[in-house]
Amino acid sequence: MIRKILTILSFFTIISVSALHADQKKIGFIYIGPPGDHGWTYMHDQGRIYMENALGDSISTTYIENVPENADAVRAIRKLAASGHDLIFTTSFNYMDQTLEVAEEFPDVKFEHATGFKRLDNVSTYSARFYEGRTIIGHIAGKMTKTNTIGYIVSFPIPEVIRGINAFYLAAAKVNPDVKIKIIWNYSWYDPGKEADAANTLINQGADIIVQHTDSYAPCQAAEKAGVLAFGQASNQEAFCPNAHMTSIEDIWGPYYAAKAQAVVDGTWGSEDTWQGFKDGMVEMSPYNTKLLPLDLILEAKNMETAIENGTLHSFEGPIYNQAGELVVKEGEVADDGMLAGMMFYVQGIDGEVPQ
Amino acid sequence: MNIDLLVGILNIVLISTTPLVFAGIGELVTEKSGVLNLGLEGLMLVGAVTGFITLVLTGNYFYSLFFSIISGVILSGIFAFLVLNLMTNQIATGLALTIFGIGLSAMLGKKFSGTPIEGLNPYYFIVISFLLVFMVSYFLSKTKSGLIVRAVGENHNSAYSLGYNVIKTRYMTIIFGGVMSSLAGFYISICYAPMWQEGMTAGRGWIALALVVFATWKPWRLLVGAYIFGGVAIMQMNLQAIGVKLPGQFFNMMPYLATIIVLVFISSNKLRLKLSAPASLNITFEKNQ
Repeated sequence: MIRKILTILSFFTIISVSALHADQKKIGFIYIGPPGDHGWTYMHDQGRIYMENALGDSISTTYIENVPENADAVRAIRKLAASGHDLIFTTSFNYMDQTLEVAEEFPDVKFEHATGFKRLDNVSTYSARFYEGRTIIGHIAGKMTKTNTIGYIVSFPIPEVIRGINAFYLAAAKVNPDVKIKIIWNYSWYDPGKEADAANTLINQGADIIVQHTDSYAPCQAAEKAGVLAFGQASNQEAFCPNAHMTSIEDIWGPYYAAKAQAVVDGTWGSEDTWQGFKDGMVEMSPYNTKLLPLDLILEAKNMETAIENGTLHSFEGPIYNQAGELVVKEGEVADDGMLAGMMFYVQGIDGEVPQ
Repeated sequence: MNIDLLVGILNIVLISTTPLVFAGIGELVTEKSGVLNLGLEGLMLVGAVTGFITLVLTGNYFYSLFFSIISGVILSGIFAFLVLNLMTNQIATGLALTIFGIGLSAMLGKKFSGTPIEGLNPYYFIVISFLLVFMVSYFLSKTKSGLIVRAVGENHNSAYSLGYNVIKTRYMTIIFGGVMSSLAGFYISICYAPMWQEGMTAGRGWIALALVVFATWKPWRLLVGAYIFGGVAIMQMNLQAIGVKLPGQFFNMMPYLATIIVLVFISSNKLRLKLSAPASLNITFEKNQ
């Protein structure tokens, strides 16, 4: 019922952002949540605004918010494609097949699907190497935890999320072999109440650091209230939890969106797979909280950022074992992008199983 | 398992279940008088956003609560006018109210989304929620007005011919339900997760609606049902955190599944169905019959 209503609603909330000129390229966005979530969708919307400012009158943009990740997404995407949009960004993993379905019907429209891995001549995929940020916060968490228990709130068991958990754990365990992570799957990207419940449950079970891979800032707030530490998600969440927030992993989509829109304007757009991290500025760390973190740890974190940028450090450096004890990345090697893109297993040391 | 852990779990269950109790008990009274209000989700969201905006602007919790309740009175008053005076279809009007509430709250809250606020202690409201269930139970079973509400819900024509004012009674129960929903919304945005974000009630209005059926329209069962749903949700989080593998999707659908099972159970027997659901539920009352 709620899904239906959200869908009906989403068609009411198609928002055309700027006036249309004849030679303008129309660019559409499909959002999973509201731009006001101060997380995932918020950062995509910031990217859209950046793109508008960068390209000015040569483009106009439209977005549809709160589009569920099911067959309803097809209708939303088709609506944009049928209404003359030249380029459509679908900004959630589970829009993958829906994007392809519409793309096959509209071969002249260009599509950009975030965090997916299926491409067509008119469908590109793009994603950020968020896991590089997870390596940094894992390192910090490993050093900052006193109870050696870290609470980790997650949405859905998809490779992006599991990769994040693994990167986080590997970095944390490297500096603190005793560290344990407790994981709660919420099966929703966005439900502030449930996210707060999960955070409180983890804190109650002894976690003194809360990590999230969900979209609201409720977990960070819950951490603040309980007097424990937290990392923010997707955007800088320091304002909501100044005494808990150590740093956030920020998604910076603007320059990529502007480049792709420019390519459509110039007629040079081609289907490709883009996966960028610290090096290209698609992932950034929010300012480290100097009130909470010791200065030398902040320096370490910054050095790690630089090392990841110039390739001397990788989030998945061998030897890495899976939970069954099998060697998955050999010593002296790093996990290749293929393995990372389809990562559906926990590394050795993480308790529990990946939900099916 | 030590005692601190259990107290902690209980604490989280209490905090997370209270909005369901508020919205559910309000809807229970509304339905007891024979009106089905599907607008809970919308009412909750508008209550949440009005409370939040008032708090940001005035910094006063009392004003915030007051305006949140006023929003519930106004919106449910409009709903009552539509279904009672203009005799519109209750289901369609309720759905419209939800859709309207989602949109209105998003529009009102746009500028305020992401403003940090200081949350209010939830414990007062937890206590109030228990008192309310007690009061509603007493009201419906032991007072004359409560009997009138039930009479109107069972057979509005008989109640009318006995001289009871069906329309006025239903106005009262609808507005009571609206106020309870907005209170649930206020609790969510001010106490539970102190913030405003679009759609932040995340379907709790629908769970509250399901609860009323699950409770077979009995206040104490509603309380028990709410705590079963809330308790199961928090227990599965605890088990997950301990490392027990659980089908999380299953727990997400549990409230709805449980409601369907109860529905099947009570409708398998005509008598049981008669004893449970208010007979005039969702039937439009026309005075000049």
